Amino acid sequence: MNQWKNFSKGFFKDNPVFVLFLGLCPTLGVTTSAFNGLGMGLATTFVLVMSNLVVSIIKSQIPDKVRIPSFIVIIASFVTIVELVMQAYLPSLFEQLGLFIPLIVVNCLVLGRSEAFASKNNVGSAIIDGLGMGLGFAMALTILGGVREILGSGSIFGFKFIEGDGMLVFVLAPGAFIALGYLIVLINKINQKTA
Amino acid sequence: MEYIIIIISAIFVNNIVLAQFLGICPFIGVSSKVETSVGMTGAVTFVMVIATIVTYLLQNYVLVPLGITFMQTITFILVIASLVQLVEIMLKKVSPSLYQALGIFLPLITTNCAVLGVAILAVQKDYNLLESVVFAIANAIGFGLALITFAGLREHMDMVNIPKAMKGVPIAFVVAGLLALAFMGFAGLV
Repeated sequence: MNQWKNFSKGFFKDNPVFVLFLGLCPTLGVTTSAFNGLGMGLATTFVLVMSNLVVSIIKSQIPDKVRIPSFIVIIASFVTIVELVMQAYLPSLFEQLGLFIPLIVVNCLVLGRSEAFASKNNVGSAIIDGLGMGLGFAMALTILGGVREILGSGSIFGFKFIEGDGMLVFVLAPGAFIALGYLIVLINKINQKTA
Repeated sequence: MEYIIIIISAIFVNNIVLAQFLGICPFIGVSSKVETSVGMTGAVTFVMVIATIVTYLLQNYVLVPLGITFMQTITFILVIASLVQLVEIMLKKVSPSLYQALGIFLPLITTNCAVLGVAILAVQKDYNLLESVVFAIANAIGFGLALITFAGLREHMDMVNIPKAMKGVPIAFVVAGLLALAFMGFAGLV
């Protein structure tokens, strides 16, 4: 397969959030600001690349019947690494993301890529797939976080450009659903035009 | 009294789906019919309560005494995955009719972050065993309430004329947003 296509599919055509609707819990839960979205996206990218790498290396050793539990153990190990590293070096981000860091384990995106891609392809393609999908996920989270931050608190990446509070509802729970809904409409429109 | 506070706050104020964003995948995925939502709620309640009890015991009698709490994520997810398998096998033997009703939903629950989320939250909040069980049941009810209400709304939405680009998931998100807005009215109740 063309490696560039393999890498770039995660951004638009098969974007995990906007098109495939995978990994929606962290998408909605942590995107109160662009920075949080980016942090979560990069943490997930790391787990995705590493678990894709390991799964594609040992895919022939894993018996078919226990492959899902094996994948989960591999993913959970890398999630634990992320958890400990982030707690040590980025304690404020760790605090913000909270529960959603251990919940990367049950992000359907990560398990989905292990099952659908890494267990069938060679190491190189698996890494590129993980990187593309992960960065596509990070991009989606940053955009959603950015939109919510701009509308909700009038700032972007923490830089305030409007005085006052903005529309507070976008920082709260309902705003997450509504903002994501309308972003998907926008992506649908763009995909319809280009298709 | 504190049990009532746990129940009210888990069902209404901090609704697991609409305020904490856990279990969004089944919330969007299985909520197109009221009937399937009821089935899903049953399966989730079952697994959530058992998983919370087992993970509570593991946390307090294995992980903490051995000083390996950093293994929490791995142990909990393994417990939940095997528990789902176990429940599936047992249900098949004990109550075939219930198995028939819940059957297809059970495998989906392993990747339902609500189950792992509630197990971890119960530990983080330092609940004792009884409080953890009450917390799990209340969260399961909250999950069911959100899911079934939402399914009812979506059944009505099928009959409405919606712009093409908004059909399906996008309009579902906007409706979920409005539902979350309604649930915000409960804030301050506890």
